[in-house]
Order: sequence, then C-alpha cells, then structure tokens
Amino acid sequence: MEEVDDIIREFLAESAEGLDQLDRDLVRLEQTPADKELLGSVFRAIHTIKGTGGVLGFPRLETLAHAGENLLSRMRDGKLMLTAEIASALLALMDALRAMLRSIGDCGNEGANEYGDLISHLEWLLETAESEHVKQSTLPRRLGEMLIAKEAATPEAVDAALQAKAAGDPRKVGQILVSEGVTDAKTVVETLREQAECREDASSTGNLRVDVTLLDRVMNLVGELVLARNRILQYTGTQTDRGLLSTVQLLNFVTAELQEGVMKMRMQPIGNVWNKLPRLVRDVAVACGKRVRLDVEGSETELDKTIIEAIKAPLTHIVRNSIDHGIEMPEARAAAGKTEEGTISLRAFHEGGYVNIEIRDDGAGIDLTRVKAKALARGSVTPEQLARMTDREVLNLVFLPGLSTAEKVTNVSGRGVGMDVVKTNIEKIGGTLDLQTVGGEGTTLKIKIPLTLAIVPALMVSCAGERYAIPQVNLLELVRLNGDEGQEIELVHDAPVYRLRGNLLPIVYLDREFGHAEEQSSRATHIVVLQADGSAFGLVVDAICDTEEIVVKPLGDHLKSIPCFAGATIMGDGHVALILDVPGLARKASVMRDGSGAQQAAATTSVSKQGEQWLLFQAGSRARMAMPLSFVSRLEEFPADAIERSGDRPVVQYRGEILPLVPVAEALGGVEQRETGPAQVIVAHTGDSRAGLIVTRILDIVDDHVEVEASGSDRGLLGSAILQGRVTDLLDTHALLQTAGARCGSEGARA
Amino acid sequence: MSEGRRFCTFRLDDLLLGMEVAKVQEVLRHHNVTRVPLAQPSVAGLINLRGQIVTAVNLRRTFALPARPERGSPLNVIVRTESGAISLLVDEIGDVVEVGDEAFEPPPETLSDSERTFITGVYKLEHELLLVLDSEAMRRAA
Repeated sequence: MEEVDDIIREFLAESAEGLDQLDRDLVRLEQTPADKELLGSVFRAIHTIKGTGGVLGFPRLETLAHAGENLLSRMRDGKLMLTAEIASALLALMDALRAMLRSIGDCGNEGANEYGDLISHLEWLLETAESEHVKQSTLPRRLGEMLIAKEAATPEAVDAALQAKAAGDPRKVGQILVSEGVTDAKTVVETLREQAECREDASSTGNLRVDVTLLDRVMNLVGELVLARNRILQYTGTQTDRGLLSTVQLLNFVTAELQEGVMKMRMQPIGNVWNKLPRLVRDVAVACGKRVRLDVEGSETELDKTIIEAIKAPLTHIVRNSIDHGIEMPEARAAAGKTEEGTISLRAFHEGGYVNIEIRDDGAGIDLTRVKAKALARGSVTPEQLARMTDREVLNLVFLPGLSTAEKVTNVSGRGVGMDVVKTNIEKIGGTLDLQTVGGEGTTLKIKIPLTLAIVPALMVSCAGERYAIPQVNLLELVRLNGDEGQEIELVHDAPVYRLRGNLLPIVYLDREFGHAEEQSSRATHIVVLQADGSAFGLVVDAICDTEEIVVKPLGDHLKSIPCFAGATIMGDGHVALILDVPGLARKASVMRDGSGAQQAAATTSVSKQGEQWLLFQAGSRARMAMPLSFVSRLEEFPADAIERSGDRPVVQYRGEILPLVPVAEALGGVEQRETGPAQVIVAHTGDSRAGLIVTRILDIVDDHVEVEASGSDRGLLGSAILQGRVTDLLDTHALLQTAGARCGSEGARA
Repeated sequence: MSEGRRFCTFRLDDLLLGMEVAKVQEVLRHHNVTRVPLAQPSVAGLINLRGQIVTAVNLRRTFALPARPERGSPLNVIVRTESGAISLLVDEIGDVVEVGDEAFEPPPETLSDSERTFITGVYKLEHELLLVLDSEAMRRAA
C-alpha cells in the first residue's frame, strides 16, 4: 500500500509534467502539423499516461487517454491532418486528464465525471475527420459560450452583450446579461465558478522538480541575506536620510518575502507522513486484536522537508505505541462503558512559528504505579527520588531508556526501546514533548517543533557582557523582579528558588554556570522562565534584550563538547552570539550544584511536594511548627543562666564558639515568653549560617509528604502544610537565620 | 636539494612561528571576539569572518606564554583546516620565508609537551629558529 502510494504520487508528478509538455507540443504542432517527430513524442506521452493509468487501476483515465491516443495514432500514420478543431479537442482532453489526475491526488479516485461527451467527440472526430466539418469545441472557456452551451442564454443575446462591452460598456458580460433579463444571476455565478475551476485546473500543474541541495544552498544564502538585512537595519536606525531609509525598508520587505518564499519551497504537508498511518493502524490493531479508528485533522499543515523526514519514525512509533499500550481490548472497553472501537486522533496546527502535533488516544491511560514499579525494578530511580516526584515527573519516566510498561513483549512494542528514541529524535530537531494522561480516559502526547531548522526565533539576553540567544521554543515567560517583599530569590538547602505564583521555581544563575562573577553577588532583576525535559526552571540573566530571527550556525571542533551551546549566530551588528542549549544547560546546572543529586531532582521541578523528614516543635503560641530535619544539627537544652547577651542578642557558648540564639516565637512576631526553666534549643544551619532556635517544646520527628499551601503574609514562615493530618506551620529556617545575622565562618558549601 | 618550502611567519612573544603559505587563508586586523564560557582556556572565542563563524585560538595560552602586554591588539591568522577555518591570534606578522629541507629538524626534546604537540618541526634560519605549526593539531585541541 505504501509503495503503491509512492508510485501513484510519482505517476501524478510525471503525468503533470507530461501534460504540460503536451500542451506546448500541441500548440507547436498546430503550426507545423507535419512534424513527425513532434507527433511521435505527443503520441508516446499520451500512451504512457494511458498505460500507467490502466496498471494503477484508473479505468476512466485509461478510457479517456485511449480516445486521444486513437486520434493521435491516425495522425502519426499520416491518415489525418491536425486541424484547429482537433487541436482544441486534444487540449480539452489534456484539461480533462488534468482534472482527473488532480482528483486522484486529492481524494484518491478519478472523480465522478466520465467525460463521455469528450470521448464521443474525439471518436466522432476520428470518424469524420476527412470531411471538413467544423464544430464547436466541447469545453468552451468563455462565459458567453458556456451560457449558450447550458442553454441559459441565446447566442444572439451573448453577441449583443459582447458588442455592448466592445462599445464601451464597463460592465462584465455576465452583468449585462443579467440586467438585460437574458438569464438570472444564480446561473451566471455558477457558471463563473465552473469557469474558475476550469482555469485552476489549467494552472495548478505548474510543478518543477528541484534538487534539494540547491534548495539548501538558496536557503543558506537567504540566511546570510537575513543577517545582512539585520545589520543594515541596525545601522540605519541612527540615520535620517529619507532615500536611504525607504530603500532599507524595501530591502527589509523584500528579504522577508524572499525568506518566506524559500521556506515555503521547502515545505511539505504533514499529510505526506500521515498518509501511511491508516494502513499501519489497521495492521497493528488487527495484530493486537483491537478495533481502532484513526481521526486526522490538519494534514495540510506544512513543515520543512528535513523536519518531515525527522518526525516520520517517531510518529509511527508513537501511533504504534498508542494502539498497543493505550487502546484496550474491545471487551475491556465495553466493560468500561466506552465504544468498542478505540480512537486515535492526530491533530496538527501552526502556532506562533511552531508546529504542534497532538497524538491522542482514548485508551486506558498510563498506569503511574506500574511506571514507578518498572523504574524501581530497573534501578532508573531510587525510592527516595520516586517518593519526591510529582505525577508529571513520574510520567516522564517513560522516556527513560529501557522503560516499557507493556506487560509482555509483543512484536509490536514492549521491547523498551522507543520512547527514549522518540524523545531524542524530537529534541534533536529542536522540538519539545509533553505527555499527559488521565487514568481510564486516555493519553495525549503533544509535540512542538519549529517550522524550520535553519532560521529560528530567539530571545536575546545578556550576561557578563556577552549576548546569548535562547530559542523561543524553550521559553515560557519572563519575570522582572521589582525588589518588593517576597519578590526575591530564596534558598532551599542551598538551591536558589523563586516563588512563581505559589510554585517554587528552581533558579539557575547564568553567570555562575559560566564561571563569571563568582563573588560579585549580582542582584537578580530578570528571570527567564525556561522549559526543559518537561520541567521549568528560571534563568537569571543580566538583561533581556530583544527577540530576533537568528540563523543557526554550527560550532567548531573545539567547542562541540560543551553541552550548553546549540550553535552560534551572527547578530545584526556583526557580533557572534552563542545559542544556549536549554536542556543541556539544565542538565549541567543540576550536576554542578553540590553532590546531592536527590536534592537536585527535587529542586529542578516544583518543590511543593517533598517526602522529607520533619522536626515538629512548639514555639510560644504556635502549637505546631515544623522545619526540615536536614537543617537541624543537634537538639540541645541550655540552663537559663548559660544564656548570655552579645549586644542586644542572646548568645550561648557552644563547643568553643559563640552561638547566636533566636527565640522563634518572638522572631515570628509573637509575645516573648519568659522561660524560667532550661531553654530548648534547635541548633540549625543553612548554608554557612548557624544559630540556635529557642522553642518551647520539641514534639516529634515525622516522615511525610508535605503539600505546602500558599504562604500567608507571615514573615519567617514558608507557609502551612498538613503533617500527620494536622495543619502545621513551616518555618522558613533560612530567612530566620539570615535575620539573626547568624553567620559563622565560611565552612559552608559554596558551589 | 629539493625545492624550498614557503612559510608565512608570525611572532608570538619571542617565538618565530610559521605556517605553510598554502594553508594561510588571510590575515586580519583586530576582530571582535565573542568569549565562549566553559571552553578550554586556549579558545579565545568566536569571530565573524564574513558570515562564517570561526574559532579563535589564543596561541599564547596554547604555548603557556604570559598574557599579551597591553599595547597593541592581536592579529588573526586565518588558517584552513580539514573542517573549516580557525583563527590563530598572534602578536605580529612576519615575512614569507623560503627554506630548504636541509635546514629542517624534528622538534627538539627540550621543548615542553604543549609545544611539541603543535609543532611539526624546526627550521634553522640564519639568525633564529622557525617553529612550524601543525594546523590539524591546532584544530583538534587548541
């Protein structure tokens, strides 16, 4: 089937070219009717179309071409001379063939029209050719003629209208006829539409085959032109010469059009790939004993040829996966109250310079517990990491190599190679994947890929004096810090985070990653929120410049090993800017920060869910508070008279050092509680700060998942959570220690 | 004696370096260099050579020489290699010299490892020694 599709496509393209050639040859033949060579070539062309049409099972096409062939063979044998009438009939034949080919290309069949009139006309010509009979061509083109043929108007009325027009009447022939009451407007409009279709038929076959390497070269040159245009635009921004400015504007305009045109040349509808899927779906479904329907939407969506090639295999794999894993057996579907026939829908659409492809099935969804079990069994993750993961992260585990949730290995899928390859292939072409699943309702995979690889829209940012380009596909949003309260980057166990609408966003400092500005703790003002591997992180940069269309250029051998760069580009001012590889940067950033990979795994995604050990305590009127046990060094009890004062702050001598003390209740704005007995102190540390937290009572240590609710306005609190079924305030240990000014030494880990 | 070979010479600190004339594409005055974070120290950065992005190699770092004195900016010697051009940053451009094979010697043992990696040999000139650079070694690991 797939092969036949290809053959048909080949046949259509060849025939279209052949027919164009025939048009030209027939016209030339009219002038030199005795040219045997030309006649031979025309005959062969028709013969080829007839033959191939017959082989491919298009009988109408064959019959039609056959009628023309008979006529031509007589002429070739010298028994018949080409007359204007025969030429018109043959040209009409070409148009009819074209219409059929178009119909085959569009909907796979020859269309309903048998062209019986045309065939009989051709046959009649063959019989009566020797007699000098003249007859009207069967496919008239002029509106008047068409109306006469339809008997909607008399020849006299049309003649009158034509004469009126020739005499200077500005109205169209159709208008004149309608106003004269010869015919009604509806008929004229219909006829006009037919005429337009007729003309379209004639023009839509203007195809040209071009070598792809030539297209690539033109594409590269256009890329250079875009860069030159950008430079000139930047340069003339400061000029006032009118003539220059208008010329530059023209250049800008023409370059944009040219770029678009060249891009279009390389575009192919995604349907070219999808066309092969119905058969695949059928075969796989039969092999699995399932019933599956394929819905396709947006198959005309166009993509760069190289990208089409690149997504072919991943798409096939995903669809195969959906049928094998996603869609349930008919009985199971019926039991679940669904139709026995499963549906896989493909949707493609353009959005903001990207192509979105959605593959959705209405199957059972992905079983997260099975993914977890599989991941654990394979040792891909540790139980601790797993406990900390959000559902979404768990879902993304299916992209790990070797992970398949199919219960048994079938010849269709389940060998554990696949989704990781799909992911790699999509990312290779600058795309992103997003997997969503609802238990019992199905799974949706969204793929977002750039329209083209050579020129990409990018956001320019600057950091430590250099500019970098961030491909827009990775960009989620931009955040500007205005320095207000709670608008700052905070630390969770040394990992900087930012509260973005109640969620914790892990922060990566670009300058630190690049080894610039270590000590200069630059005040962050701009966060670029980026997406990599399905999770978001914030990138702190010095400034956000502009968006620009950039031309991607490869890096030299020296630099290919650096994972953070996807390439380089040349800016409008001629400078070179590096293009950030966002997934690479994310991976590097999480490796760089201290050794604790598990901490990092939690930090690179939303930190709102954590499976951690918590210390529960009471502080004054706050009956139930908690802080992560990882911040706790020791629990101590100091007699009241051991507490001394340094300045206005309470301190205690502790292991040969002076340990600042923070009365928690007071620090949180409560009433200071005068304790007479010994003080309960939590010796806490974050980073390089250490202090003793005076609390009323130590309650417990619990191990629990914590869902942090949006924090109130209370200072020193991260928010509230439910621990052991009770509402508990979470202490912002870091902030508290900072306010205590409790810095001691610098033995803390500085990455 | 075979025909002499022609070398484009340039100075780096007090070294006289040479590159086969055929491999030198052009010599450019100062170019804006874009630094590349995380690259090897010998990579000075990237330059825009008429729309082509070329890696610039800081030869002083390659040969473990002290940083360039403030005066004067470096020159770019654009060298053709198997996989595109690279730019070598040097202090000064010298003459093109023609030397005979009899003056050639393999790199002396006394050269440091970093120097021996990038030098194919030495030509004994009248007054000084000409160190011949290996462009492919430069491309592989500056």
